Amino acid sequence: MYTACVFLPLLAAIIAGFFGRLIGDRGSQWVTCGALVLSAAIGLVICYQVAIQGQVVDITLFTWVSSGTLEFAWALHFDTLTAVMVFVVTVVSAVVHVYSVGYMGHDPHIPRFMAYLSLFTFSMLMLVTADNFIQLYFGWEGVGLCSYLLIGFWYTRPSANAAAIKAFLVNRIGDFGFALGIFAIFLVFQAVDYETVFAMAPDIAGQSLEFLGAEVDTLTLICLLLFIGAMGKSAQIGLHTWLPDAMEGPTPVSALIHAATMVTAGVFMVARCSPLFELSETALVVVTVVGASTAFMAATIGLVQNDIKRVIAYSTCSQLGYMFFACGVSAYGAGIFHLMTHGFFKALLFLGAGCVIHAMSDEQDMRKMGGIWRMIPATYALMWIGSLALAGLPPFAGFFSKDIILESAYAAHSGAGGYAFWLGVAAAAMTGFYSWRLLFMTFHGPARADEKVMAHVHESPKIMILPLLVLAAGSVFAGWLGYGLAAGDGAFWAGSITVLPEHTALADAHHVPLWVKALPTVLGLGGIALAYWLYIRAPEMAARLAESLRALYLFIFNKWYFDELYDRIFVEPAKRLGHGLWKVGDGDLIDGVGPDGIAAAVLILSRRASRLQSGYVYHYAFAMLIGVAFLVSWYMFGAGG
Amino acid sequence: MIAFPSLAPVLPELLVLGAALVMLMYGVFRGAAGERAVTWLAGIAMAAALVAVIAAPGDSRATFEGLFVSDAFSRFMKALVLIGAILTLIMAQGFRERERMMHFEYPVLITFATLGMLMMVSADDLMALYLGLELQSLPLYVIAAFKRDQERSTEAGLKYFILGALSSGLLLYGCSLIYGFTGTTGFAGIAERLAADGAGIGVIVGMVFLSAGLAFKVSAVPFHMWTPDVYEGAPTPVAAFFAAAPKIAAVALFLRVLVDPFGDMVDQWRQVIVFIAIASMVLGAFAAIYQTNIKRLMAYSSIGNIGYALVGLAAGTEQGVQGVIIYMTIYLAMTAGAFACILAMRHRGQMVEGISDLAGLARTHPPLALAFGILMFSLAGIPPLAGFFGKLYVFLAAVEAGLYTLAVIGLLTSVVGAFYYVRIVKLMYFDEPGEPFDHPIGGELTLVVVVTSLFVLLFFVYPMPVVAGAAGAAAALFP
Repeated sequence: MYTACVFLPLLAAIIAGFFGRLIGDRGSQWVTCGALVLSAAIGLVICYQVAIQGQVVDITLFTWVSSGTLEFAWALHFDTLTAVMVFVVTVVSAVVHVYSVGYMGHDPHIPRFMAYLSLFTFSMLMLVTADNFIQLYFGWEGVGLCSYLLIGFWYTRPSANAAAIKAFLVNRIGDFGFALGIFAIFLVFQAVDYETVFAMAPDIAGQSLEFLGAEVDTLTLICLLLFIGAMGKSAQIGLHTWLPDAMEGPTPVSALIHAATMVTAGVFMVARCSPLFELSETALVVVTVVGASTAFMAATIGLVQNDIKRVIAYSTCSQLGYMFFACGVSAYGAGIFHLMTHGFFKALLFLGAGCVIHAMSDEQDMRKMGGIWRMIPATYALMWIGSLALAGLPPFAGFFSKDIILESAYAAHSGAGGYAFWLGVAAAAMTGFYSWRLLFMTFHGPARADEKVMAHVHESPKIMILPLLVLAAGSVFAGWLGYGLAAGDGAFWAGSITVLPEHTALADAHHVPLWVKALPTVLGLGGIALAYWLYIRAPEMAARLAESLRALYLFIFNKWYFDELYDRIFVEPAKRLGHGLWKVGDGDLIDGVGPDGIAAAVLILSRRASRLQSGYVYHYAFAMLIGVAFLVSWYMFGAGG
Repeated sequence: MIAFPSLAPVLPELLVLGAALVMLMYGVFRGAAGERAVTWLAGIAMAAALVAVIAAPGDSRATFEGLFVSDAFSRFMKALVLIGAILTLIMAQGFRERERMMHFEYPVLITFATLGMLMMVSADDLMALYLGLELQSLPLYVIAAFKRDQERSTEAGLKYFILGALSSGLLLYGCSLIYGFTGTTGFAGIAERLAADGAGIGVIVGMVFLSAGLAFKVSAVPFHMWTPDVYEGAPTPVAAFFAAAPKIAAVALFLRVLVDPFGDMVDQWRQVIVFIAIASMVLGAFAAIYQTNIKRLMAYSSIGNIGYALVGLAAGTEQGVQGVIIYMTIYLAMTAGAFACILAMRHRGQMVEGISDLAGLARTHPPLALAFGILMFSLAGIPPLAGFFGKLYVFLAAVEAGLYTLAVIGLLTSVVGAFYYVRIVKLMYFDEPGEPFDHPIGGELTLVVVVTSLFVLLFFVYPMPVVAGAAGAAAALFP
């Protein structure tokens, strides 16, 4: 049954992918959705058996590699951490599959799309159920590949292809670090399976290793390398630029991959490797700082974006930051808890946005929306639920998970913890603002779309709305259902997460002052109020504000100039280098000396050779005599011996 | 008192000679009316000689006091010469009728020239060599200028004659040097003296001059200059004849002279042969690219092909000689076929010779284009066509003899050569057709084109007769 849960999506992907033409659009939808719903049902059972009843299940499929000391198998490892992830992945994926039946109903390539979605789900499940780093890497690359395929799904759009390539390349940078981390693990531990590595980790602590000519702490190095991989996949500051662009993919993809599952792989990996991270103080500080900075930066950018999906994308980026700094202060449980609740409400928001886009005839710019809340009340209500959960207002899911993270950060009583707490609180305020800015701009105010679009505004079909109800339920209830378990004393995680006894942030979080607990909610409400004031009460104020703070506004609006910076530093020089190598290296040197040069030389030679033929008999006779003379002298003067 | 020589080994030559004399007399008395009969007679005589050559006993027999020898090598090469002569005679028929070249002298001259070639192939003495060579050359000078009312043709004949005389001088000078330093003209005697005394510089110089004279006949660089002009100027069937039979006879003579009397001097003459082989291959490949006239192109092609054949000779081994013989056999088929195709290039009865006139032939005349394409691919050395195997044997022999540089240069030039051969295929198949050629091309041309292109196409299926025959012939030179 456990195996079936993982491999059903693969089976569905193969059927829909290779035989999609045979079984048709409807057939592929049935196959993939059926497999995923079944998988999600099993996922629920697994979650109950493993996480609640506390059984750890290990299934070894077969040996993958056995070469010298390098030996590992294809194996499925289910502990609490995995079970929670399996639950989130299968449920959200099943919802997205069903939703896609409606959303992608008019696409000419339905079987391909469904196959990619299922293949992605399989990869993600491989990633979370791995019992060694190589299998983790397999799943890691698998989701990267599917992400590339799905972002570039509408491959006739140049922007989609560019976004797909960008996502792939930026992820490669992270993956490179990740791969180096795995190499380092094998180098140090002579093993790649979790059990051996984690068991040996305390013995390694404090040892050092030579890397790039410098003496560095072994575990710090490994953790930082692994974290680079996590930064790439989870779009943390520096490697986050691909995520907003990834919105070129179809909206269900954004919901599944770029909100609920793939981008959380980094957080999962850090939690999974908690036995390593716990032993490196430096790595934890780095994780905290990077996470907090991302949370803040992405939230500021989210304030001013106009594309409905980009706002949500930056919000995802920001929420991932929360999860990371939770891990950084050793509150892994809180991080994973937020991952789960976020999975629900973010998928809900994305799919809701999908409904809006659907209703607005594929319009994504919020400046061309407005005044449609009466026309699509169901979507409107669902978006409210998602936003409430995102902004962390009680009793919605985000309230529980976000607050425990911020409280843990405060309770860590460290420099990094304080940094994370204050930036996190600021981000919470901004979250409230941009969420309601989105709601107000999209649904309220005067209608800014043209009449033709307005005439077409319609509620989405049931097949799209019903799945959202599942997510809405999760967004409402997941928080208080999971709070006691996930954020409790750690018994729930049953050893799947290791926290050193001296790292007590999560336990201390329950004893922070009241103002710490109330601050995020109050500021969130403040953000909402500001959004109300700027976009409903005094709409002209927003523009005036942007005008008066022009430099700041432009800085934020242009996404902190990350893309421009990278263009200048990496892309342009690389292009110039490539262009140079192409024109000079290949064109002039290789072609010039090689094919073109030889061809030209042949032509010149042949022109000369045919000119020899003058037509004069005495020239011919002369050539003959010269030939004889040459040959005779050749012998006469001994050269020929 | 000298005994009357045995005539059995010279039966083919006697047949051809007798027929030539009869034809001459018949032609003189009947005038133009007897032309057709004379042509038939020439064909029949050569066919009879071919039968006589094939039917002759397999051992080696000498006659005329050792001036003349008939062995497996001479028989194989004579067969090739006769086949070449017959094929070109057949091909010429339609052309001569159209171009008012119906003079009975044409077949007579061809027959005498063929007689000279047969004598060359069998020559076992420097005197016999020169006799055969001149008997071959003199009629060729005349038929090169056969269209004497045409400037190009007479120019070609005159050029050929002057340069041919020069080359004969070189050759004779070489012969006299060799005689002077060895005291004999017989091949066997020369070989004996060289084995006994070693090769002095005098003999080497004589050998160089002799080689220069022979190189002229096979049109190897730098003694090739006459070839393009003569091929272009001479009437097309004459060019076809030049490219086929005399080349084979001259190569045969070249082989026998260098391997038989100068066999011990292989290290010396190899240098000459390597030089002219490389020069011929390179020039044949490069100079052909710029040609616009198909006959000139074929001239350079034949220069290049002789270069490849000489690669096998440069090896100086039995395997090398076998390679040369195979190469010449295949070359004969390819050349005869290609010239037959060229003879089919007519617009409303007028011959055209531009390469560009072949454009779009595949659409106006698919079978002809197919045959021409096969022949061109074969000349380019594309497997599995015969031309590939010809090159394979000679290059293999060169590699076995350690002449790697020579083999590599040969391969490279054949890449260059492939360009202009395949360009013709491209012209025929991918370019817009111009004015179509006349239909039908004529029965005799069809016959030659079909036979040669089938040979080239199917050689690889059953190469045994040629390969085994060539092996036997080569073995006869290496007793």
